[in-house]
Amino acid sequence: MTAARPTARPRKQPASPKPGRKTTTDRRKEHAGPPPAGRAEPGRRTGLLEAMLRIRRFEERCVELYSASKIRGFVHLYIGEEAVAVGVNAALSPEDAVVSTYREHGHALARGLPPEAIMAEMYGRTTGCSGGRGGSMHLFDVSRRFYGGSAIVAGGLPPAAGLALADRLRGLPRVTCCFFGDGAFAEGEFHETANLAALWDLPLLLVCENNLYAMGTALAREHAQTDLAMRAASYGMPAWAVDGMDVEAVAQAARRAVEGIRAGTGPHFLELRTYRFRAHSMYDPDRYRDKAEIERWKSRDPIGRLTERMRDDGEPVDEELARIERRIADEIDHAVDAAERAPEEPVEDLLRHVTSARAGEVNRQ
Amino acid sequence: MSTAGTQETTTYREAMREALREAMRSDDRVFLMGEDVGRYGGCFGVSLGLLEEFGPDRVRDTPLSESAFVGAGIGAALAGMRPIVEIMTVNFSLLALDQILNNAATLLHMSGGQLPVPLVIRMTTGAGRQLAAQHSHSLESFYAHIPGIRVLAPATLEDARHMLAPALADPDPVVIFEHGSLYNASGPLAPQAASVDLDHAAVRRPGDAVSLITYGGSLPKVLAAADELAADGVDAEVVDLRTLRPLDAGTVAASVARTHRAVVVDEAWRTGSVAAEVSARLAEESFYELDAPVERVCGAEVPIPYARRLEEAALPQTAGIVAAAHRAVG
Repeated sequence: MTAARPTARPRKQPASPKPGRKTTTDRRKEHAGPPPAGRAEPGRRTGLLEAMLRIRRFEERCVELYSASKIRGFVHLYIGEEAVAVGVNAALSPEDAVVSTYREHGHALARGLPPEAIMAEMYGRTTGCSGGRGGSMHLFDVSRRFYGGSAIVAGGLPPAAGLALADRLRGLPRVTCCFFGDGAFAEGEFHETANLAALWDLPLLLVCENNLYAMGTALAREHAQTDLAMRAASYGMPAWAVDGMDVEAVAQAARRAVEGIRAGTGPHFLELRTYRFRAHSMYDPDRYRDKAEIERWKSRDPIGRLTERMRDDGEPVDEELARIERRIADEIDHAVDAAERAPEEPVEDLLRHVTSARAGEVNRQ
Repeated sequence: MSTAGTQETTTYREAMREALREAMRSDDRVFLMGEDVGRYGGCFGVSLGLLEEFGPDRVRDTPLSESAFVGAGIGAALAGMRPIVEIMTVNFSLLALDQILNNAATLLHMSGGQLPVPLVIRMTTGAGRQLAAQHSHSLESFYAHIPGIRVLAPATLEDARHMLAPALADPDPVVIFEHGSLYNASGPLAPQAASVDLDHAAVRRPGDAVSLITYGGSLPKVLAAADELAADGVDAEVVDLRTLRPLDAGTVAASVARTHRAVVVDEAWRTGSVAAEVSARLAEESFYELDAPVERVCGAEVPIPYARRLEEAALPQTAGIVAAAHRAVG
């Protein structure tokens, strides 16, 4: 049986862009081109180094505490990806909002959440930044506009668009930054949100941490086209792929994107090519990665690279490092001590915060 | 309900539209978004004319991206706005169930009380219009299962007109189910604002022989059944649940304490339904008041079919409700 085929392709109608709407080409002309490469954060390098080291040492302590059964549940370490959180955060102001993922200790620390509040949360204590109800994957601090970790992959993207929409409706010059991974890029929620954000010109910074694995599935086994920045650009927003192991390159790209967003050019997308040096979570035996690949990426350690660059430029980095390491060790010791001593959430408060407290109402749901 | 002043005739659709208009006039944080709420005027015509009055920022057409626009409503609510998100039907709401369950209902608790989500979600529910399985289901019980959200089922003109304001004042997410068969319901409505509470079921018809407990689109059928029963000498009390979560078990129990017999009518599938929850509460709290087993009249356990005869057979009908009440009365 032969199916009827059209003899000629239907003539393509000329596109009729909506009145007043910028085309993709217009936008890219306005705010085009990848940002310049690293080595352009003079005066900020020590701060960047310290912020990355704080995350690294905090995560290392988490490994010890997890092994000692002090903290439980799923714990996803950020070791290797520090340049992403630190570089992006360097471009944000306290008025901006951050939406994170389940691998969020680094985002939270970079945002300025006190290590003791995060540690207490992982201990499940009252003093934790989520009152012991969230744990490692759900850190929140509304005073820092840190809207916390979603453990549903891509689940934070639509609310991030809503935070940005609220700012747009009220004319506030703020940016909402949403972190997510290469796994989230395969979810419908990413694509729905990218379209919505571009359609409505939302002040949204989409930060894709491409660490090459969606849990254990390699990028090329989850995406037909692995150039994520190119695909994001198809929504009509500036989209750049950046070396996520170079904190200065990340900071500059993020700064440029944030400037563009504040100038009203709508959402921007950053694909930060990075790598986690540790397994997906503390449960993961890491059978799916080649040891040589891990070693190759470790040779690009963002902390080591910045240190070397500072040394090459004649900065007194070694003295700085000793000082920073001491300070961070003290901070983390203090955080652990405080968590150990903090009270546990009383069981009587189990149902607290399920609904907002209303006068005279007792756990009526 | 206020009855003072001149009553004017309106429809459920117009009552809902008036509630939206009032909400947007009185609070500039309120905006409406959803598929075809603007230029089209709403799939069921509820928001017709609101775009012209409030403009495209506040009456916001969205792409067909339920998860993104419901989630955007959550984010806007977190940032202090008071969004009203319309989802065309409950069937499509499943595309946004992740956002509603994992974010809207969960963020307050998971953040240790830092993130209330003052979001209102409206959606159409129910069958009876030959729209077949993917436009006809009653999934209220999915939402009533979730701690952290309030679930409303306005069944009367007064509730259509007056439930929205307290829903917007609620600091937590509220889901409002509008049964598609009710939009054209018309009748008198007092013109001035009445306040309606969201915590209590309502006795729509007092009686002492049997309690007919229902909600939403089944209420007119149940009231018709009560009229038939009255003609047979059975004085039925009709309880409209109104709020499906938190369930007002007290009003239900008080009714059964008067009548000692209960029939629960629910268009949804029997298994795991709101009717199942009401029946369980009666077993727990009213066991010694009952003089007969609880009867349930529910939707048949089948995807709602298109053909009229089959669809009618799949749904609770007045005759079946009357028969169940007679069985309960014995």
